Order: sequence, then C-alpha cells, then structure tokens
Amino acid sequence: MDIRSQMSMVFHLDKCIGCHTCTVACKNIWTDREGAEYMWWNNVETKPGTGYPTKWEDQEIYKGGWEKHSSGNIALKGAGKRKGLLNIFYNPALPTIDDYYEPFTYKYLDLIESPQQDVQPVARPVSLITGKPIDIKMGPNWDDDLSGTPDFARKDPNLANLSAAEQEAMFQLERMAFFYLPRICNHCLNPACVASCPSGAIYKRGEDGVVLIDQSVCRGWRMCVTACPYKKTYYNWSTGKSEKCLLCFPRIEVGEAPACMHSCVGRIRYLGVMLYDADKIEQVASSDEKDLIQNQIDMYLDPHDPEVIAAAKANGIADSTLRAAQNSPIYKFVKEWKIALPLHAEFRTLPNLFYVPPMLPVMAMVGEQKGDSPKLHSVAKNWDDKWLYDTSLDEIFGTIENMRFPLKYMANLFGAGNEDLLADKLKKLMAIRIYRRHVTVGDISAEKSAAALADVNLTADEAEAIYKMTSLPKFNERFVIPAAHREQALEMLEATEEVKGNTGFGFTEPPVRGL
Amino acid sequence: MDILLFGAFPYVAIVVFFIGTIWRYQTGFKYSSLSSQFLETKKLFLSSVPFHVGILVILTGHFIGFLFPSWFTSAGGDGIISFETITLAFGLSAIAGLIFLMIRRFQNERIMTVTTKMDILIEFVLLVQFGLGIWIAVELRWGSQWYAAVMVPYLRSIFTLDPNISAVSAMPIAVQLHVIGAFLFILLIPFTRLVHFLVAPFHYITRPYQIVRWYWDKKAIRDTDTPWTTTRPKHL
Repeated sequence: MDIRSQMSMVFHLDKCIGCHTCTVACKNIWTDREGAEYMWWNNVETKPGTGYPTKWEDQEIYKGGWEKHSSGNIALKGAGKRKGLLNIFYNPALPTIDDYYEPFTYKYLDLIESPQQDVQPVARPVSLITGKPIDIKMGPNWDDDLSGTPDFARKDPNLANLSAAEQEAMFQLERMAFFYLPRICNHCLNPACVASCPSGAIYKRGEDGVVLIDQSVCRGWRMCVTACPYKKTYYNWSTGKSEKCLLCFPRIEVGEAPACMHSCVGRIRYLGVMLYDADKIEQVASSDEKDLIQNQIDMYLDPHDPEVIAAAKANGIADSTLRAAQNSPIYKFVKEWKIALPLHAEFRTLPNLFYVPPMLPVMAMVGEQKGDSPKLHSVAKNWDDKWLYDTSLDEIFGTIENMRFPLKYMANLFGAGNEDLLADKLKKLMAIRIYRRHVTVGDISAEKSAAALADVNLTADEAEAIYKMTSLPKFNERFVIPAAHREQALEMLEATEEVKGNTGFGFTEPPVRGL
Repeated sequence: MDILLFGAFPYVAIVVFFIGTIWRYQTGFKYSSLSSQFLETKKLFLSSVPFHVGILVILTGHFIGFLFPSWFTSAGGDGIISFETITLAFGLSAIAGLIFLMIRRFQNERIMTVTTKMDILIEFVLLVQFGLGIWIAVELRWGSQWYAAVMVPYLRSIFTLDPNISAVSAMPIAVQLHVIGAFLFILLIPFTRLVHFLVAPFHYITRPYQIVRWYWDKKAIRDTDTPWTTTRPKHL
C-alpha cells in the first residue's frame, strides 16, 4: 500500500447559476497575457452544448484520454511513446486556434480619437494574434444559455447514442432545459497529459497531487494538448510552451482556496484531501468500463481507519493532512453519501473532480398528456393545451425515468453510460428534498418522507448532514486545506528571495520567442 | 583568406555554439520547438514532415561518412549509384519541405506574428545550404566518394586542432561554400529555434509514463533521527 494525499474537488451542479465569476477570477489572475488570451483554465459550459473547445468530448475528433485494448492494457488514444514520437513533426490530432476562437479586442481608441463626422464612429474588432481587423466567428462562451439551438445544443457529443425521438423530445420548446457544467483541470490520478509529454515536463506533485507543467522543461512538442481528454492543457502560441490550471497552488499552499472556488457566488465548490492507494492506479484505470467509477471510488481510503492512518504516516503524510482528510467534504460527498460522480470516467484518467448531478431537469417535469390519462398528482398544473406541467413531489420517484433530460444523456456525462448509477444519485437527492419539504413546509407526511429516505438507504441524520453541507456550509467547511508544511519542505518553491517581484504566472524571465 | 574561412571560422563557430547553447539554456525556458502548428495546421503536414525527415536523413548520412569513411570508399559501383539516388531524394524532400514552410510562413499573417528575424535568417541559410548540397550531388559525382576521401580528412583535422586547409582550398567553389554554410549553421544554432533538436526527447522511450515529483524525501523527512536536508531537490 502506497498511500498518497490528493487535493480533490466536488462541484454541486444544482447550485451553479452559470455566472462565470470563477472564470473571470481565474482569467484575471493567471491568463490575462499574450499567448494565453484564449485559455480558460476554468470555464462554464451550457449543457446540452458543444463546450470549449468545440465538441471537446468527442474523442473521435480530438483523440484524447486512454483507451483499453483487447489485451486488457490501456494506452493513450492519440499520443504515447510510439504515436507521440512518430508524430512529433506534425501532430495530426492537435486542435488549432480555430477550434477555440481567435482572441480579439476592439479598437476603442477609434471611438475617442474619431474626428467630427456625420456618422457614428465604430470600434472595429482586431485580432489579438495579428493585430489586424478580423471578422469574429466565435468568442468565449458564445454558446452560453443557447440550449436547443441547432449550432450548439444539438451538436453535443453526449447525444450521439440517444435515439432520434429522444433527441427531438429534448429540444421541444416546452421541454427545453439546460444546466451549467463548470470545468477546471481534474488533476487526475492517471493523467494522460503527464504520460504524453515527450520531455517529461508535466508532473504530479507527490505531496498534494496537483498536476503542473514545468515551463523550463516544456519544449513545445504539444502532445499534452492532444492527450488531455478534457482539453485542459493549452498551448501558448507566443511562448511556445503549454500551460494548464495549477489549482492555484500558491494559494492552497498557504491554506487559501483557489481563486475560482473562493469567488464562487453559488458556493458550489468544495475542496479537500482524499487519501488513495497509488499502487492501484494502473489496475483501476484498466477496469472494465462498467466498473470504472466504482473501482475509482473504492480506491480512495477511509481516513478514520487506523490501518490507513498508520500506512499514511509511514509514507510521510503529515498529521495535519490526515486531519484534513478526515474532515474532507469530498470524502463525505463521494464516499459517505455517494452522491458525487466524476465527469466522463470512460476517458480513464481517474479525474479528481466530482460532480453532484443536477436535479433541475427532474423537478420541473413536463409530460405530454395522453388522452384522458390522469394527472400524476392533484397539484400538477394542467395547461390549456395537452401539456402537463408537474412539479408535485408525491410521485417524483416515478418521474426520474421520465425526466426532461433522458437519463441516458446524464449517464453519458457522469456515469460512463451507466444509467442506474445516475438514477441512484438522483433518487437520493430527491429523497433529501422530500425530507426537507416535510421538515420545513410540512405538506409531506412523516411516513412518506421516512419511506423516501429508507428507499435510498439514508437516515434522517445523514439527510440533514447532506442538506447542511449543500445549503449552509461555512467557508472552512467547503475548503478543508492542510498546510503545505513549508517548514519541513524548505525547497517546495524556489527560494523566495529569488522570485521576489515576480507576478502573475511567474515566469522567471520574460517570455519572448527565440532571441 | 582560406585560412580565415577554413582554418579559423570553424573554431569560432564551434566555440560560439558551445558557449551559446549553454548561455541560452540556463533555466531551460528558452529551449522550445516554438511550434506554430497551433496557429496553422493544414499546410504544415506537407512541409514540416518532408523537411524534417529529409534533413535528418541527410545529416545522418554526413555524420556516418564522417565517422566511418571506409564504408563509402569501399562501396562498389552499383551501391554508390543507388545510395546517392536515395540520399538525393531525401535532399529534394528537405528543400521542398523548406520551400513549403517558407511559403506557409510568408502567406499566413498569424505565422508572421510569431516569426522572428532569426527564423527568416536561418531559413535562407538552410535554403542556400540545401541548394548547394543538391547542386553538388548532381554535378560533382560521386559525392560520397570524394567526401569520404577528401572532406572527411579535412573535417577530422579540425578536431585534431591541425586544420588541413590545402585539401579544401583545392575543392570547387560550391563545395567551399557548402562547408562555410555548414559552420554558419552550427554558429547560428544557439541563436535560433534550432536549439530544439538538442533537446530531442529520446529519454521518453525509456521513462515510465507517469511522473511524480516529491519536494522532500517523503520517508526521511519524517524520521526524527535524520536531520532535515538543506540541499536543493534534484530538479531545481
């Protein structure tokens, strides 16, 4: 047993309002500079939608992640030792700037310096690459909230295995719905970017599992951009180096939450330590697709177990890190309550960012009334036409199978295709709502609420704890960050006097091309 | 003049190359392939691949001749013809790729914004060098024979610090220019993106896929019997 600690995350999608405050916080700190304008280390996507870069989930296009061969071994889909070195002069699966968008600004000065004339002056858009005027074809988050439009929602790769009828049903005007999917680097346990880097510039930090790119070792072979199935490594076209989310490690080392999490308006983000057995990484990543998620979750260890504690201490994990692991909100969501799932586990990178799937599409369910079929419940609103809008709670379990989003769609995102797994999580979330409705509103009987909880194997105490962690968590309950123990790791960063005066991303010399 | 060009210049180029590459390395940040594929990918395949494959094969050929000249001088008639034909094909591939690369560079505004003066200089140096090489291969037959017999002793004499200028000053002007071009190329390496071939990632073949860096010796640091290390970790 080789126990390591890992900074892990949970994003609670029911709470995300899609305000992009996280994105702006990240952009302002890290990527507001030449070559990085198009990089969104944190971004928020509208689902169904194509995401960023366009259709990133479609690995037939981007060749990211790992795939399992018939031999039972896993290999990188679009990179690796053989493919990476053979394609080093030309990487056929490299996304280009047009798969993202050409960064632009406007000639604002034209508005001010325009001479007096009969027509209004305009600020033309100019490319931030060439500086020349361009016609903007795409911009950051232009697909925001555009569910149902042919250009974005209907091209969502997660719709691929849905029947035409199911897809059509999703996009009928009355049934249309969307939710937000905030994404950052998953700081995977089996990172494809690390494995793909010919230079060995990308590495996982042993102490906290943050995955970083060493800028002084990166040679711009650009295989990581292909290999990351989440497209969270970005190529800086100006410095000729790749860059990625660094989980704000200068902040977490001093116990601060990362900028995106700290600034989150909906307070959807949780950060904490998970202990895992590093000996099992390869075995778990090679599991059969149906067992992938469960095996990954089983890989994380109980920080209260004396055996685990002893093994962790023997491995050099500090007491403060162990204490953080015991109070980790991630452990609660993923292991105790079992309501959070990784995104696209089928890419086999063992991501450490878990999502509580959104309930919204289930709650406000619209069904087509067939003939004289009775309403599900007396509170259901019957519209004048044939549509039935049902927000009742009584039969809500029955509606999970009939939710506005086909369960298969959600399972493609969060369940590696396993619909039962998703139904299980959604039922749990629903049972907690029924329970809380019983407590606060009282129109649901105690028996009914107890039955709902029993049905999903939750006690009232657990339901209360989940409710509190979801709705009322304090700052230090959402972020349980152990100290980095600089006093024992004197060289964790460069000697501080050497980097004094450096700002932002922290280049120790000016990022200029060539000479 | 010949002493200056063939006796002194090679040493200037080699010294500048060593000092320059070390000076440029320092933190390692200035070493990159500076790939522009991210800005333009369609035209790159038909230019970058023939260029790289061509130049690598030709350079390897020159290098093998330098190390084992007897392989060339002892080869028979048919062997020389087929060998020279094949290497000429790679030479043509390299120059065609280079021309495509230059067209791509000058036609694309995005590529031009990430182009430095040194990029353009080195491309023209390479163009002249490739052109001379192909002209020599076609007109001054059989190159592999006299290269092994005449040029290799000259090149070797440079490394024994006793440059044998008489051999090279008797050669045709095209060959002399090709020699000067070769040392100019070596001289320019530290000042251009050419440094990327010095850090070609061969170590990738043998390394394990996953890399974990520890900032302290994870086991020793907890051991109260050993004092904490004050030396910097290996990678810094």
